[in-house]
Amino acid sequence: MAHGCAPSATVSRNKTGGIPLGAVPVATRSTLFEDTMKLADRGMSLGLRALNRFAGLEVIDRIGMRKFSERAVQGATKNGFRAAGVIGRTFAATQKQGAPVRQASGSGSGQFDLTPSDEQQMMQEAAREFAAAELRPAAEQADTDAAPPEGLIAQSAELGTTLLGVPEELGGAVEERSAVTSVLMAEAFAHGDLSLAFAALAPAAVSTAIGLWGDADQQATYLPAFVGEDVPGAALAVQEPRPLFDPFALQTTARREGGEFVLNGVKSLVPGVATAELFVVAAAIDAVPANGVPGTPGRPALFIVESKSTGVQTAPEPGMGLRAAQTGQLLLDEVRVPASALLADGDPEVYAEAIRLGRIAWAALATGTAQAALDYVIPYVNERQAFGEPISHRQGVAFAVSNLAIDVNSLRLTTYRAASRVDLGKDFAREAALARRLTADKGMEIGSQAVQMLGGHGYVKDHPVERWYRDLRAAGLIEGALLV
Amino acid sequence: MINLESPKKFKPLISQARQVAEEVLRPNSRKYDLAEHAYPKELDMLAALIDGLNDSGTGGAGATGVRRDESKSEGNRNGTNLSTVLSIIETCWGDVGLTLTMPRQGLGNSAIASVADDEQLKRFEGKWAAMAITEPDVGSDASAVKTTAIYDEKTDEYVLNGTKIFVTSGERADLVVVWASLDPSKGRAAIKSFVVERSNPGMQLIRLEHKLGIRASDTAQFVLEDCRVPAANLLGTPEIDAKKSFAGAMQTFDNTRPLVAAMAVGVAKAALELTREKLAEVGIEVDYDRPAAVQSSAAATLLELESDYEASLLLTMQAAWMADNRQPNSLQASLAKAKAGRTGTDVALRCVELCGSVGYSEADLLEKWARDAKILDIFEGTQQIQLLIIARQLLKKSSADLK
Repeated sequence: MAHGCAPSATVSRNKTGGIPLGAVPVATRSTLFEDTMKLADRGMSLGLRALNRFAGLEVIDRIGMRKFSERAVQGATKNGFRAAGVIGRTFAATQKQGAPVRQASGSGSGQFDLTPSDEQQMMQEAAREFAAAELRPAAEQADTDAAPPEGLIAQSAELGTTLLGVPEELGGAVEERSAVTSVLMAEAFAHGDLSLAFAALAPAAVSTAIGLWGDADQQATYLPAFVGEDVPGAALAVQEPRPLFDPFALQTTARREGGEFVLNGVKSLVPGVATAELFVVAAAIDAVPANGVPGTPGRPALFIVESKSTGVQTAPEPGMGLRAAQTGQLLLDEVRVPASALLADGDPEVYAEAIRLGRIAWAALATGTAQAALDYVIPYVNERQAFGEPISHRQGVAFAVSNLAIDVNSLRLTTYRAASRVDLGKDFAREAALARRLTADKGMEIGSQAVQMLGGHGYVKDHPVERWYRDLRAAGLIEGALLV
Repeated sequence: MINLESPKKFKPLISQARQVAEEVLRPNSRKYDLAEHAYPKELDMLAALIDGLNDSGTGGAGATGVRRDESKSEGNRNGTNLSTVLSIIETCWGDVGLTLTMPRQGLGNSAIASVADDEQLKRFEGKWAAMAITEPDVGSDASAVKTTAIYDEKTDEYVLNGTKIFVTSGERADLVVVWASLDPSKGRAAIKSFVVERSNPGMQLIRLEHKLGIRASDTAQFVLEDCRVPAANLLGTPEIDAKKSFAGAMQTFDNTRPLVAAMAVGVAKAALELTREKLAEVGIEVDYDRPAAVQSSAAATLLELESDYEASLLLTMQAAWMADNRQPNSLQASLAKAKAGRTGTDVALRCVELCGSVGYSEADLLEKWARDAKILDIFEGTQQIQLLIIARQLLKKSSADLK
């Protein structure tokens, strides 16, 4: 009930300091299409309303005016609409100058386009080749070993994954930050293997977080390591081990004490936790604990925590899948960090953005692995014989393949739209949530259907589909750990 | 640059379509749902307005917009296929039945726009054209049509005989594009389409259907009895070419399936928006940030439905965008039609459930949308036909292998 059905009413006030607690921006939008109609365009509505009333009148028929009126209307709208179009363009240009513009929004042409830029295609191609040549062949053994092969993660870092979120001045690889580029890379990696992709991209979540939201000191302190030869193990730890986990109602807390924060709590399914040198940890500031009853949850924020800090412990937490990523728990017991460890001054909008970007990243991984499942199932059902012909000749099988294709493409386009809105500087809470929803619903379904299409053979480890089944289940439930 | 937003340059067009939907279509929705077979005369005025729109160069708002532009140009194109699906979404947000019976925006117009030669285009310009494919014993398998078209050398005419059912706008249109076989023994290659004047005495309207939904749109049955049609009214080539001709006729569907998908997207959008308003009145709002599992079941359901809506919208835009960029889009057109078709019905029906008796009652339009939506998963190829098309393409199977 505490997280019940009236989220917009959750903003409350701290009695002592007056700081809004849990003041996470509530992302609701009332229409599905934003600014469908600008004020200037509405001028036509009144005319149409009158027109409709006029057109329904019996009297027009009686006096034989209908044909004449229609011609008159056609002529009037011909000119009227052209003028409206001209006015619209003028208005748009004025607004562009007057409105605040975020960094990336200038680069769009305003056209619908599904073609990646040349730079993106290059990086996507490199990631695809790496995934096919290195990740896929290593995947089965890495799953069994619950560890990536020696050197593979370092090799993947050479493709520049940790550089994408780092500004060029600090040694980053690309001039403009692009969530779409990260999505394309993640998708390509996950076509090779989801759990190795997760392991490979986990450190990038930390460099991206510090690149996007770190102040000059934080960037100068941590980013050089991520652009060097030896990228440190690092992880963004948001998830906590309990049912109905809500990243906006954290149980990991950050208590202010002197000039420091004291962190307490448990983080779950943290990739490469045992060997990570650096964490970005989600914890609630100013939470008020209570005995036996729910306390005030506090304001979620991100902290940079070095693994060598006193009170930091890790424990293995292997899961159903994601095994190559060596997931584990991060236990924080009275961990003291300086005030300067707080990212973005604890801005709740930044925290919400981090959660949304994480969901887009998982949607991208799910897209890649879902496509891999479809690509694997197609030749299998064409070759597998039953009742004297390929099983793909049966609609029961063929239609399942069609549905896989519908779901994979749905997932991909929804993910791309969310990421492209990041790049365009538009609000993307809604689109990230919808990509998340499809990741949870369709990602799971695709994993399940892929195993189903191989029948008993899908259930055994001779084929990768049982691994994808396990990995795809994770993509719709994990919060954080990745960023695009 | 990857960008899945509605193009800026189409914003005025979309806005105009939305206004038409708000001010003309919605206010007449219930009227013509109740008065089935009554002619919605308000649309004549509207059609004149749309003609004005097309003349003004602001962009196509209907089926005439789907002709593929052969002109060469470099780079990304956002053309009439995309603008048309975007405006159809808005008009179907207003009313599907009325959109379907928009004068001069018939399916036959799409067929003519897609395959007619320049002389025919000119001759049929400004006419309202319906499409007659289905027969009493022939549904999804269009290659099995039994209506015959026999060439009469003496008069340079084709003589058509057969029965056609489910002809949308059959009563109201000026022309009917009739699918008939030059020689039933030669299978699908012999199937051609013929433009028949509605006034042709050989083509008799014998029945108007009473339907579950889209009642504003008339659905006619015709009998063709020695119906003589000038040879110049045959669309495409008269040769029976096993490789090309049927594929040519079917090619129309690559252009029209995204339009029907757009209709379903429009209905889903209407149902979601109204349900969201109704639920907000009782204190339920979707929070896009918090996990669905910690929100109310109604909010979680809305999220799920909206994600299917989003996928349908983007698949539809993709298919149209590919057509604009002259990429083969048969697969994507069917992905869009299958997804949007099932989503339109699912969203509308579940919104009725969420709103309870308010959804079910004729006092509001949700129950109507739930009835209207179902046809969109049936015509222009049923859900099952779309799945067949998708599967055959992905599995590289012929219709003989994968039946």
